[in-house]
Amino acid sequence: MPDAAPALTLADLAPGERATVTGFATDDPPARVLEMGVLPGTAVEVVRLAPLGDPIDVRVRGYHLSLRVDEARGILVERAP
Amino acid sequence: MNETAARAPAPAAPPAVRRIALAGNPNVGKTTIFNALTGLRQKVANYPGVTVERKTGRLVGREAVEVVDLPGTYSLSPKSVDERVAFEVLTGRMDGEAAPDLVVCVLDATNLERNLYLATQVMDLGLPVVVALNMMDAARTAGLRVDADALSKALGVPVVALAARQHEGLDALRDALRRPPVAPGPGPAWTLMPAVASAVERLADALAALRPDMGARRRWTEALGALTNDALLDKWEGESPALHAAVVAERADLDAARVPYRQAEMMGRYGWLGPLVAAAVTRDADVQARTTSDRIDAVVTHRVAGPLLFLGLLALIFQAVFTWAAPLQDLIERGVAGAGGGLRGILPEGLLTDVLIEGALTGVGNVLVFLPQILLLFFFLGLMEDTGYLARSAFIMDRIMRKLGLSGGSVVPLLSSFACAIPGIMAARTLPNERDRLITIMVAPLMACSARLPVYVLFIGAFIPTGAFFGVFGYQGAAMFFLYLLGTLMAFAAAWVLKKLVFKGDASMFVMELPPYRLPQWRAVVWRMVERSKLFVLRAGKIILGLSIILWFLASFPRTADTPDVSPGVDVARAPQVSVDRNDDDSLASGGGRAAARQVEFSYIGRLGHAIEPLMRPLGFDWKISAAIVTSFAAREVIVSSLATIYAAENADEASPLLRDALRRDRYPDGRPVYTPLVAASLLVFYVFALQCMSTLAIARRETGTWKWPAVMWLYMMALAYGFAFVTFQGGRLLGLG
Repeated sequence: MPDAAPALTLADLAPGERATVTGFATDDPPARVLEMGVLPGTAVEVVRLAPLGDPIDVRVRGYHLSLRVDEARGILVERAP
Repeated sequence: MNETAARAPAPAAPPAVRRIALAGNPNVGKTTIFNALTGLRQKVANYPGVTVERKTGRLVGREAVEVVDLPGTYSLSPKSVDERVAFEVLTGRMDGEAAPDLVVCVLDATNLERNLYLATQVMDLGLPVVVALNMMDAARTAGLRVDADALSKALGVPVVALAARQHEGLDALRDALRRPPVAPGPGPAWTLMPAVASAVERLADALAALRPDMGARRRWTEALGALTNDALLDKWEGESPALHAAVVAERADLDAARVPYRQAEMMGRYGWLGPLVAAAVTRDADVQARTTSDRIDAVVTHRVAGPLLFLGLLALIFQAVFTWAAPLQDLIERGVAGAGGGLRGILPEGLLTDVLIEGALTGVGNVLVFLPQILLLFFFLGLMEDTGYLARSAFIMDRIMRKLGLSGGSVVPLLSSFACAIPGIMAARTLPNERDRLITIMVAPLMACSARLPVYVLFIGAFIPTGAFFGVFGYQGAAMFFLYLLGTLMAFAAAWVLKKLVFKGDASMFVMELPPYRLPQWRAVVWRMVERSKLFVLRAGKIILGLSIILWFLASFPRTADTPDVSPGVDVARAPQVSVDRNDDDSLASGGGRAAARQVEFSYIGRLGHAIEPLMRPLGFDWKISAAIVTSFAAREVIVSSLATIYAAENADEASPLLRDALRRDRYPDGRPVYTPLVAASLLVFYVFALQCMSTLAIARRETGTWKWPAVMWLYMMALAYGFAFVTFQGGRLLGLG
């Protein structure tokens, strides 16, 4: 993958896709997201989208977390093999 | 805050436990456990200045022990109001409250990692902790075997397994609370990244000289908090400028080294908790991945079925609050009127009786009349909260509402405001984000509540012709629809403006748990409904009662000579000269009715009507309408009875032909009609926007903790009312409609 390609974020995943968090798009990600357990190395799965495609329902550490697409865009991920 | 000093004098005997706090995430069954421990004899109040409920009770069988139910939070690092309250209570910073002697951390056994995040934060405050491992039944169903003993060993605190809803394990919890509390070890069991750890050590050492009363673990936690949380750092600015400066310097160093210190606590805690939980929990291999909750969600948040289901539910709630409540409200109004009549018969005639019946009793009626709507709305809201559906409704609606400056959680409060803004404003409590909650409160009174209906009915009935477009859509119905639409559109516009102008900087978040669906606990739903309604009656009630008495006074004084039931003790010597020129006005009205009408003109309110008439003239209003508007500050529908009094149309209501005709017949001295259709339109537009409801102001004061927001609310709505009525009347005249 060339360096210029935009990094994959949680917002890019389709329902049913699993991934691992690799980091954040900004130096100062919202504390709430971190406290809810979304951290580098955490396994995540996009479960479904809201009827209008936003927010999204993400499975994290065994529970369901709802995030707006804007918020998910700040979370960098790597697709699970 | 002097914990060491306040604790037992003899270190050998463990200190007596006087206060137990219940901490935990939302939706973990904290309230069920609280109810079981206190036996439902609890006090619900508010923490000073905020909307957070303060629930306290006495431990069953040990009356000396107070139990405090903290707001459900995911963290103790103060960002939201709930977190700030939980943090301040646990650290003894809350005014008038000592720190608890023991904290019960309630955990959801199906979701241990995130739940333990908060529990370990509590432990790091140096407080003795008992872990209540709740929802063990749900964990079993999900195929999770949680080893409570292993967890207890790993955490170093007692762990009690429970299924509180099934009453399993409650006795074991009570036993655990009876044992002497064990203070946790001197330091946290998890580690920070090295650069941050050494910074925190240095700050904790600096704090040791400043606050020797704090234990080592508490100091370490305070240092970490100041380093990573801006709100906590600000607290130190006043208390110790030296420490504040030290923290700022450490931050600068860490920033320069590009150390992500704000993430350090989360990474350290979860890094420790992940393996700890993995060791204590075994997963049955044969359990299916799709839970019942997943299957329900597939329907409830489905593209088509989800919104339809939500609309259906809203229609049901709307129907209930709008229609089912009406007979109960009538009953209350009749009951209050009956009580007034009954009291009149018993009490001696006089001023005191008048204050009591026309002022105080009317005020009580003004409060109670909202109760049916409030009870019904809170019943449905409690049900939605208890089952987990409320979070889904916000999930479904968030996209649309965000475009309007609101959030998904604003839908239910705003739609309930169509019935009445008061339960709507109270329902905004369910919004986790403070900005969204404030904006929702600020625009809720623009939704056309049921109190506007009598005003709409009277003036549309009197001045809008009964014809129909294309023979189908009646003009009157169309006018009604237009008024509802106008209010709703303005609510959205106001929300958008507030977002852009007033709350510019604050980012709204939607990082929210979608809790598993659960069957509602009826007793808890009813209990919460009653408690919330009680808060309205007791708190807002006081303000409404006071204002009702003031308004009665303004409408009754000064008295005219022939005021019908004037008490003998009142000095009426100054009155006669004014009533002379009004004597031969209208020969149709009865003597008593005319006297009452004269009393209104003569009273402070009548004078105020005359005084503001020049101001209201550009809207097309004469002094009578102006005075009626002033009296209906208490409640919009009062304008109907005020006009009835002024026109001496006794016992008239909004559908009364008598009052309608009186309005149509009224003329200025030069023969022009006082009410043209244009005046009626201007008045209707005025009532779409004007905040003529002291109960709304009282509840907004209570829910925002300050008079600032209700004042802003009243002013902006009055400005809208005046502006739009002005444009309607003057524009209409320019178009030759006057």
